[in-house]
Amino acid sequence: MELLERFAAGDVDAFESLFRQYQGEVCGWILRIVRNRATAEDLTIETFWRMYRARARFDVTRGSCGGWLRRIATNVALDYLRSTKPAVELPENLPASAKPDVVHQSDLRIAIARAIEGLSPRVRTAVMLALIEEEPYEQIAQALGISLNAVKVRVFRGVRILRKELAKAGVHA
Amino acid sequence: MNERELDEMKRLLKEALPPLGEQELQRDLWPDMLRRLPERTVRVPWWDWVLLAAASLLIFFFPGVIPALLYHL
Repeated sequence: MELLERFAAGDVDAFESLFRQYQGEVCGWILRIVRNRATAEDLTIETFWRMYRARARFDVTRGSCGGWLRRIATNVALDYLRSTKPAVELPENLPASAKPDVVHQSDLRIAIARAIEGLSPRVRTAVMLALIEEEPYEQIAQALGISLNAVKVRVFRGVRILRKELAKAGVHA
Repeated sequence: MNERELDEMKRLLKEALPPLGEQELQRDLWPDMLRRLPERTVRVPWWDWVLLAAASLLIFFFPGVIPALLYHL
């Protein structure tokens, strides 16, 4: 019996083989979304746990479980981002006097990090994966379970919000 | 928003948050995963049950074989 069939039938040894085969890939993918190694490791366990519980629904004829795992991992990461508040709350409107004309490099990084944290988890994930990690849009669409156009719309919206927030902080992109 | 503006945004974002790319896993996560899984139940093959039943019946109907069985154990 094939590995995936044995896994779908509840064979723990088959699950272990799949886990060892995909754990690095899954952890790396989640890390690119949450950007914290300890959190990524915890969420990797959660991803495989969800996979294990849903094994009966896995369609063996699809052949590979890499895409399925990435989809679960993305949902797990999104749930995590939704459940945690941004480390830095963005003020609604910065006073005009607080806008520096020239922003130092470290200030620039902080301003960008704050602007990204202010994005909604769905938009933030699309922006991070598309613009920072430069993952192919098709792969992002598959992982998020949305169309290619929807990914482009999310990235566009994210960039628009980021530009607005950065302009408030005196950075013009 | 044109390509140049998008590239500029990419540059700014990457300066603030450098891409992580493909990263090696630093430790095996399987031991952590095992703790999440329900306890493994030991599966006894059906043939072992047949042998056990046959031995039980043999002992029940022919108790005289017990010393012979013990001798061979």
